[in-house]
Formats: sequence, C-alpha cells, structure tokens
Amino acid sequence: MNKRYPTDDELWQLAKDWGLDPYPVVFESVPASVLYQYAAYLIPGRMSHWTYGKAYHAMKTRYDYGLNKLYEMVINSNPAYAFLLDTNSELENTFVRCHVMGHVDFFRHNHLFQHTMPDVVDVVAQHAERVRQYEFDVGRETVERFLDAVLAIEEHVSPPSPVTPARAPGQARPASRTASFADWDWSPRDLPARQVKPETEEADDLLLFLMTESRQLEDWQRDIIGMVRDEMIYLWPQIRTKIMNEGWASYWHVTLMRTLALSDDDYVDFARLHSQVTAPSPYQVNPYALGYAIFSDLERREGRDAIFLARTVDDDVSFVRNYLTESVARDLNFFVYGRDQDQIVVKSRQWESVRHQLINELVHGGIPVIHVNDGDFNQRGELYLIHRHEGLDLDIPYAERTLHYVQQIWGRPVHLETRLEGKRLVLSYDGKVDSKVAL
Amino acid sequence: MAGFVPDWSLERRGAIDQRRHLEKIKEALRDRLGDLVSDESIIASDGKRVVKVPIRSLEQYKFRFHPWQGDRVGQDHGQHQPGDVLGHVPDGQRGAGPGRGQQPGDVPGVDYLEAEVTWEDIAGLLFSELGLPYLKPKPLSNTPEPTWIFKDIRPKGLMGNLDKRKSLKENLLRNARAGRPRVGRWREQDLRFKTWIDEPQPQDHAVVIAMRDISGSMGDFKKLMARTFAFWMLKFLRTQYQAVEVVFLVHHTQAREVSEEEFFQLGESGGTKVSSVYQLCDEIIHSRYPPERWNIYPIHFSDGDNWSDADNRRTVELLQAMLPLVNVFGYGEIREGGYTSTLMSAFSRVQHPRFKMVTITQKQDVYPALKTFFPRQGG
Repeated sequence: MNKRYPTDDELWQLAKDWGLDPYPVVFESVPASVLYQYAAYLIPGRMSHWTYGKAYHAMKTRYDYGLNKLYEMVINSNPAYAFLLDTNSELENTFVRCHVMGHVDFFRHNHLFQHTMPDVVDVVAQHAERVRQYEFDVGRETVERFLDAVLAIEEHVSPPSPVTPARAPGQARPASRTASFADWDWSPRDLPARQVKPETEEADDLLLFLMTESRQLEDWQRDIIGMVRDEMIYLWPQIRTKIMNEGWASYWHVTLMRTLALSDDDYVDFARLHSQVTAPSPYQVNPYALGYAIFSDLERREGRDAIFLARTVDDDVSFVRNYLTESVARDLNFFVYGRDQDQIVVKSRQWESVRHQLINELVHGGIPVIHVNDGDFNQRGELYLIHRHEGLDLDIPYAERTLHYVQQIWGRPVHLETRLEGKRLVLSYDGKVDSKVAL
Repeated sequence: MAGFVPDWSLERRGAIDQRRHLEKIKEALRDRLGDLVSDESIIASDGKRVVKVPIRSLEQYKFRFHPWQGDRVGQDHGQHQPGDVLGHVPDGQRGAGPGRGQQPGDVPGVDYLEAEVTWEDIAGLLFSELGLPYLKPKPLSNTPEPTWIFKDIRPKGLMGNLDKRKSLKENLLRNARAGRPRVGRWREQDLRFKTWIDEPQPQDHAVVIAMRDISGSMGDFKKLMARTFAFWMLKFLRTQYQAVEVVFLVHHTQAREVSEEEFFQLGESGGTKVSSVYQLCDEIIHSRYPPERWNIYPIHFSDGDNWSDADNRRTVELLQAMLPLVNVFGYGEIREGGYTSTLMSAFSRVQHPRFKMVTITQKQDVYPALKTFFPRQGG
C-alpha cells in the first residue's frame, strides 16, 4: 500500500553508494514540446537555425503520432540537467532517473569528456545571443546563409584529446587577417606544377583552418565558425561514446532499480521498459542493447572494477574491440549484411566479422576524415583538401555540393582529393563551375 | 540555475525554427512553380491526393560516405542465414528513399526532403501571382449580391434610424406655418426616419470564353498543355472570383459550345478553321455578354495550324473587331517544333495592349503563360 518512490536526492545517494560519482543533477519535468526541442537542438538554448527546426518538426511529429517516445534528455554540464517528460509515470521517472545517474557519472569520468564545457548551457545561450545580434547587424538571411555553410561542415573539427585541449571558452576571437585576398597578385605567373604537401603538414581541423586562414571572412563570420566549432567539440565525445554511454546508463538503471523494493506490478513495468530500450532494431545496432550486453558480460567475467575502468578509458571503438565477445555477439543475433549486385544480402554471422564491421562503422564517429593539405595551393590562395580514404568512398554528389559551402567560406577555389573505386579523383569548385579530374 | 524558465510555454525556439523551415519549403515550392503547375499527377489528383515533391534545395549536404557501399551490422532473431536476401538496392541508387519496393524500411538510403503538397497548396502560391486584368465593376443582375442602402425617408420607422436633420426641418416648417419660426413642441408627425431598400450591388462580373482547337493536328502533348492551362485557369477563376462564368468552345473546321467535361475530354480529327470559333465567340459576346455589363476574357488555344491564309485574314478581322469589347484576349499557341505558324505571324501584326500571345513548347511554359494572360497588376 505504502508505495513511495525515492526522491532525487535519495537516488543520487544510492548511485554514490554503488560507486558511481555523478555531478549533482537538476531534474526538470517538462512538456513534450520542450523535451523534443532540446532533443532536436541537443543543447537547450542553442542558436537558431532552420535545420534544428526541421529536426524538431520530424521528431515531434513522430511523437504526436505515437511512433516514438523520449523519456528523458540529459545535459552534460556541472550541475547536470535532466529533463523528464511530464507525462511519465512515477515508476517511469524512477527508472529514467536511475538511467540518468549512469549518464552523468559517465560524463564526469570518461576521459573524452575532460574538456567539455561545464557551463555549456550558459555558453550556448551567449552564442545564441551573439547570433541574434549578428542577424540584427547584417540581416537574418545573410547570417542564415553563412550558417548553412558552416553547419554543413561542422563535423570536421579535430576532436580534442586529453593532451591537446580545445579552444578555451571565452578565449579571444581570432583577429581578422590583415591581408585580404583582394591584395593578392593574381596575375599569371610561371607556376610550378601542382604539388601536394606531405601528410605530416596537414591540418586536421577544417573549421579551425577556415576560421583562422580564410582571408575574406568578417569578424562576425569568424565568430560564428568559432561558436559552431566549440559546440561541435562539446558534442564530439558523445558521438564517439554512444554505445558506451547508453550501455553504462542501461547497466545502472537495471542495477539500481533492482535494489529498490518494487511492487510486482512495478517490477513488470520496469522489465517492460528495459526490454523496450534494448529491443533489437532490424538494420542497425541498438546502442543500448549492445552497450548493456558488453558491460554486463564484462562485469560477469572480470568483476565490477573492470567495468569502471572501461567506462573511464575507452571509447566505442576500443570498447567494442576489447570487450565484444563471441557470446555477446551471438546472444544479440548480430550479422553482417551488405550489397551484392543490386541486392542486399546477409553476408556473415561470424562474430569476428561482426566485430570487425562494427569497428569500421564506429571509427571517427562514422564521419569521413577530411584534412586540409594546403591553403595556398598552386600559390593562388586555393584550398586543397584531402579525404583520408579508409575503405569507403564518399557520396560524390553530396561532396560536390558540400564543397560549394567550403568555397563560400573560403572565398577562393577549393579542391577535394578523394578516391573513387580505387582511383584518385579531385573535385573542384571555383565559385561558378564544378569540375572533376582523375589523377 | 542557469537561466531556465519555469514557464515552459516560453520555450518557443523549436516552433520558431520549425516555421522557418516550413517557410523555406514554401520558398522552394515557389521557385519550382513552373514545374509543379505542369505536373500531371497534381492535376489528376484534383485535391484528393497528396503529391510528394522533392525539394533538393533543402537537403543538408555534408561530406558523407557512399550510402550503398560497404557492409553494416544488423540484428535479428537469429533467423537469417548468410546468403539470405534482405532487399534490393533501389534503381540507380538515387532518388528513392527507404520504404520503396521490397527494400527493407530502415536500410540507409539516399534521402531527400519531400514536401507533401496538394493542388490547393500550389494554388495558394500560384494564385497570389495572378489577377484578372482590366477588371471593372459592371452592374448586372444575373448573380445579384443583395446589399442594402438607406435611400428613403419615411414618417414611420425605427427610432434608431431617426433622421435628426430632416425631423428638425419638419418641426421648423410646422412651427413656421403656425407663425412661430423656431424649434419647439415636438410632435410625432415631425419625426422622419431613414429607411433602406435592397439594392443589387454592381459586381465584378466576368466571363471567360475558353476556346480549344480539337483538330487532328492537336497531338497528345498539345492537348495536355491546353488542358493543363485550362485547369489552373478555372481553379484560379473559381477560387478568386465569385461571379465568373465560363463558356467552353471547341473547334476544328466548325465551332460549337460544349460542356466543361466535354471541353476537357474531346479529341477529334479533321482540319482547322480558326475563324469559325472566333465567329462563334463574337456571336456569344453580342447575344449573351454585352461588354458594357461584362468583363470578357476570351482565351484560345491552338497549334496555329490553320487551313488557309484567307481564313487567317478572316480570323484577324474578327479578332480586331472583338478587341475593343474584351478585357484581354489571349492566344496560346502550343507547338512542338521551332517553326512559326501562319496564324501566329498573322496575329503578330495585331498590336493591341489587350491582345496577349504566348507560345508553349514545353511543360514549363504553362506557368509563364498563366502569368501573361492573368497578370497581377493588370489594368
């Protein structure tokens, strides 16, 4: 009869007792429109852009039609913010708060998150305010057009490692370059044959390079690149630890919930919730299911210390490579599928191929690696990018259109070297004409 | 508490950016009106079906991997064996999103944004750019829109409609007649009331005389273009103007009046004598739609393949006789080749601000043709 669910503080303390070490967590109960808004923008209060509106519309529509339900959204900050759907039942909220404890502990202790901004909500609110000011100064359409370009390449930042910190928040915006392209001498000269620099001299952060090296950008444009870059650097660790993060949170919602004195009904509901989040999804990997299975398996085999160590030092790639076992891959019924002529066929159920293929998908967050080879290519101020081909070709029509955005930011002709079906290929755009040359 | 608002309804950014996205969809549709107007599936749907329109300009391009290259990891219940076929790569690998054919729903595909539109959405965009040129209010009673005006003064009426000035005058007159030239001693008989009568309001009465060549030389493409144009023209007229009549005429060597259904469906053979339909049009104007009471918009579609120069001359004469009577006379010539028809060259000598000619050689010409015949700021 006396059904009482633990308070926020009691749950937080329970997590501490089990060895978790989360930041303080502020829970907020919010309506679906707000929860889905935050989920679409990924960070509350972020700058405005129609692409976020598009994501919000799509997610909210699915929710309105009952196709999908988010229970919570957690923000990696100190204190952490967790938003719970205001229609959650008390049991759902207890379940979700246990889950959140896992996330917040993960944010605090996984090494990739060492440099993420603890005051991210304030920082993005300031970003949003500055963007609004720029809209006022130069016009909304102008800012939107520029953001279209920057957001198209936002993923191409250099993920900070623990030894090379990200640009500190609040650090001065880079000074504008004194020389502009207009001052350059474009007259035909005896140019040496095109030369590609050695790989060691390449820059791996496209946004940073554009921000500091483009000679046509105005200060507000540099600032916008910097803001988008800071936000992506904040999000980057989450992209690289999706399986671990969800697995860790799922492992802990199970562990913590089992310690609570739940009624039979609640226990059934809890089991149903857990099976919902770990349900297999047909043509992709459910990160909740995989992460949960690996952590549980590791804990059984090597004890709790081993999973705490993994949560601290691994990312998805090393996590899968080090800890995915044959029994887990088999239990989860993983298989490798792919294209054969014009059919999509099951290729293998071998667990080693599954592991190999999973790692391939996870490397670099599944995002192509683009390096800046030269910002003065052919000594004409042209930008030369190289796609570091690791087995998968680029979507060429998409790459061509994206190159237009790079050119819009850079201001001079841009080139992208890649490989297509084994052959070197350079895509170029000079602001008017696309071209494609096989090397 | 870092700036969170407790009143969650103040969190509007998602809704605002969503609206901006929808605005951009609308802009993209507007840019593509030329294609959409001549899209047969939209016309055929007649508002009952939603048509998916790909909007490439709103795709979020980025550097990404080829979507159909490389293997992936999936999860099932253990039922599939190596070699099992899960689905098919869509034709050409592009242009088809997930869910088409037998391809599994969640296999990553090439996605482009598709806006779902009905003809009404397109009509909304299209009609904001069209108008009836030279339209003038003309009095007529055929579709009277009853209105009322205060026109009469009577000794009885509602107190609210009391005409104080007239009543005062009556009082003054009565007292003056009695030898007291001032206002005083009000009596019931002094009071005067305004009363109203029903009055047919002059309306924007307009008639469109749609003429179509159904001779043997009008092939499928030409018929389709004429019908497409007529479809949007009728939608436009009926949505925007409440009192528009449409007369349908078809002709080959002879002209006759037909119903709307027949107008769209008829396909005949035979030669072409354009003067026949202009003759009929002229008769109909004189007998049924006197220009002093009607705004008249004759629109004629043909491939210009008239049978003789003599008839071209006759046609031009009839046209010139009608031009002073009509608001706009539109001639749309639908051609598949680059030649100029004899009728077109005969017409090109007619210089009159109310005579408009367009040439339709491809689907995309329908939209400009609509804008030429029904310009927004015409008149």
